[in-house]
Amino acid sequence: MGFEGIGASVRRKEDARFLSGRGHYTDDINRPGQLYAFIKRSDRPHARIASLQTAQAAAAPGVVAVFTGQDMAADNVGGLPCGWQIHNKDGSPMAEPPHPVIAIGKVRHVGDPVAVVIAESRQAAKDAAELLEIEYDDLPAVATTLDALEPGAPTVHDDVAGNVCYDWHIGDKGTVDAAFARAAKVVKLELTNNRLVPNAMEPRAALGDFDTSSGDFTLYTTSQNPHVIRLLMGAFVLHIPENKLRVVAPDVGGGFGSKIYHYAEEAIVTWAAGKLRRPVKWTAERNESFMSDAHGRDHVSTAEMALDADGTFLALRVATIANMGAYLSTFAPCVPTYLYATLLAGVYKTPAIYAEVKAVFTNTVPVDAYRGAGRPEATYLLERLVDVIAHDTGMDRVEIRRKNFIPADAFPYQTPVALQYDSGNYEMTLKAALDAADFAGFEARRAAARAKGKLRGIGISTYLEACGIAPSAVVGSLGARAGLYEVANVKVHPTGSITVYTGTHSHGQGHETTFAQLISDQMGVPIDQIEVVHGDTSKIPFGMGTYGSRSLAVGGSAMVKAMDKIIAKGKKIAAHLMEAAVEDIEFDKGTFKVAGTDKSKTLTDISLAAYVPHNYPIEELEPGLDETAFYDPKNFTFPGGCHVCELEIDQETGVVEMVNFVAVDDVGRVINPMIVEGQVQGGVAQGIGQALLENAIYDSNGQLLSGSFMDYTMPRANDLVNISVGTEITLCTHNPLGVKGCGEVGAIGSPPAVMNAVIDALKEYGIRHIDMPATGAKLWEILQANRPKMAAE
Amino acid sequence: MPQVSLTVNGKQHTVEVEGRTLLVELLREKLGLTGTHVGCDTSQCGACVVHVDGLAVKSCTMLALQADGMAVTTIEGIAAADGTLHPMQEMFREHHALQCGFCTPGMVMTAIDLVNAHPDGLTDKEIREGLEGNLCRCTGYHNIVKAIAAAHPLMHGQAPKAAE
Ligand code: FES
Ligand code: FES
Repeated sequence: MGFEGIGASVRRKEDARFLSGRGHYTDDINRPGQLYAFIKRSDRPHARIASLQTAQAAAAPGVVAVFTGQDMAADNVGGLPCGWQIHNKDGSPMAEPPHPVIAIGKVRHVGDPVAVVIAESRQAAKDAAELLEIEYDDLPAVATTLDALEPGAPTVHDDVAGNVCYDWHIGDKGTVDAAFARAAKVVKLELTNNRLVPNAMEPRAALGDFDTSSGDFTLYTTSQNPHVIRLLMGAFVLHIPENKLRVVAPDVGGGFGSKIYHYAEEAIVTWAAGKLRRPVKWTAERNESFMSDAHGRDHVSTAEMALDADGTFLALRVATIANMGAYLSTFAPCVPTYLYATLLAGVYKTPAIYAEVKAVFTNTVPVDAYRGAGRPEATYLLERLVDVIAHDTGMDRVEIRRKNFIPADAFPYQTPVALQYDSGNYEMTLKAALDAADFAGFEARRAAARAKGKLRGIGISTYLEACGIAPSAVVGSLGARAGLYEVANVKVHPTGSITVYTGTHSHGQGHETTFAQLISDQMGVPIDQIEVVHGDTSKIPFGMGTYGSRSLAVGGSAMVKAMDKIIAKGKKIAAHLMEAAVEDIEFDKGTFKVAGTDKSKTLTDISLAAYVPHNYPIEELEPGLDETAFYDPKNFTFPGGCHVCELEIDQETGVVEMVNFVAVDDVGRVINPMIVEGQVQGGVAQGIGQALLENAIYDSNGQLLSGSFMDYTMPRANDLVNISVGTEITLCTHNPLGVKGCGEVGAIGSPPAVMNAVIDALKEYGIRHIDMPATGAKLWEILQANRPKMAAE
Repeated sequence: MPQVSLTVNGKQHTVEVEGRTLLVELLREKLGLTGTHVGCDTSQCGACVVHVDGLAVKSCTMLALQADGMAVTTIEGIAAADGTLHPMQEMFREHHALQCGFCTPGMVMTAIDLVNAHPDGLTDKEIREGLEGNLCRCTGYHNIVKAIAAAHPLMHGQAPKAAE
């Protein structure tokens, strides 16, 4: 076998099963005697449930039970908990209204569960749900972010006045105000960050099972973090102790954040399985995904930069309204605060920053983290603002960035909004990206396109993000109700093969390969003798799962720690076997050597001795070669880079055609370049989708208008272009591998690059800003309403 | 209940189904062939694509009864009997054209039909157009396009395997 350690593009171990139809996704699992749940959902955005009659549905053929919110409450089932508490400016805690698993008394968004019908078949359950008699008293609804704060707006929760979940701020307002007072120029921009539907291709599913002999519950679910689900559902919702509850997240078909959260359906099937003593399965239809998976983004912001006469940034002031939807999803409150406002320094040395964020409730699906989570919103705001500054002042958009970059020799760099960046080199990634995109040669391409009736534009974004989530004590002080360390258990088996159990979860990231490479590199064992196990709370130690680009930076670091323990113990065993001093034993690529001699033992010699301890230092050392390590990161990691987008707008139709996309990212050390490229390409595709196509649109009454793949424009192959990915590396300074994380950079860096290109293409029309998505219809209207301001040629 | 008789991956089956049962439900729930996936309810995503009498079909858009007397091939049926992967499967692996794997069975089945239908070659643009009915949320399609382009000469060089 060829080189398969750190730095090799090893082909993925998991692909054989996925390519031959042997993947094992939640809906592929069936248990004997299984029943099927269909969830009746509200078609009203906001209403009191005047009456709910279940008798007819319950009597329908094949139906085993119908349950309502009252039934669950009567059985002491708790509401869905929120995992992060934000405090208001005045120090008081955020509003945290109850989130019943099934609506009680009132429905608050289209898609809110009203009842569950459980039957012998999927179809029988669905048919019977038609027989539920529900009478609603409709209430006025509030759907959009801005409407929520209007005086007299309907209130989503009776006891949350004005729909404000929290009113939070960060930064030094006095310093910022003073800088604005003395600024030579102030540039202001109002912008929205469009609401998105994550739409992992695998719809969510959950299968609850109850073992009547042991009294144990098992939940199979489409989750990015099975231990988190077990903790939240067991402790807060169903009151099942951990020892009686197993959560399995098998192969999961994409997550992008939307499968982090504890969802109602998980609790419903687990609880119902216990009540009915039979397995109960639920699988979302895509229309349910649209109205029940947490949505992403949805900010309305005002950003102002104070500048001195030469374009140096003096201070940034931001006011954002963030939509939480109807209820608080698991991690929703931290997204527009600690994952957003703390990123507002970006790659710039802006000395003073002040941001206020109001989070509001509306009669819409809950909003939570979606790929990037807060960081795309911050990046979009900053990188659009910088281009608008260039537009308003006439300065060059590249030069203004360079002038304000945090220089490569300034690390560690303390920002005015809490974060301390450990490493980076923004000039390096900028230069590499501009070169790869032939930025210098662009004007000739613009002119050539013009001759064909196309408006060609190029846009850049220089971005930074914070991931590798996260130091537990720090996030605890900021309101997290969980630790965010990670864990690994490395078992060297008697004959030297290795199984590693990780608390992270792979739902497309290729962990079975990347982690095997890491172990192979350090332990000197070929990767086909290394098994990576994740996703089953009965096998893996308590770990926090995968999100925030944390798996390698935090989970991989835990593996390194566990391997260090294995090697340290192995050295002691080797010293005993070779009658040498422990200090003289060296470990390299699977071999323990006595320094300066030709005496050596293989890892297999050591593992055999450890499990068959006949000749063994049994007085000082336990048998076995099996170590667990927990790793709590010292800081976030800070990937960054530069994205360049080139596109053409058809002057007649407004349709955008992508021409070229270049991403150059600093993600720290790269274990598998092929996988990193794939992660960046996928993220960029989602970012292009946000910028040009995707929009979750609610009408003013709270109906989701883009609620299916017919109305919500997912990027298809032909909407996109080849995405060229480069990496330029600075190492993370505080984790053992020097890795930063690559899962979200694509979705974070790309939207402003695309929008800056769109606006650059419209240069001669004098357009200053357009909100996402820049659809053909929107651009056509702009082209119709505006005349070229000057002859460009 | 009505009966449907069909061949799936070379094996003859006769199954009782409700009139409204979809082909994908027959495959997944009655025959246990869970490699074919369901990603939507509006015939938009292509996760469910199989071959019916050699042509790519969205199995969520066809009633099981309509397949009576036909030959269906699913993702489970395209590797050689000895387990050797089909060149399209092999190129998907080689070019990292899958991440979570959920869209993959439908992508591979669509891609095989696309390449079969274009023996004289396919441009990247034609490949992208040919994937119009298949959504992938993970890869950004870049590597899927590469994999299909790479499989084309292999499939037309080794004709019998691709012909089904
Ligand atoms: S399941 Fe989406 S097209 Fe068939
Ligand atoms: S690989 Fe996940 S949807 Fe295509």
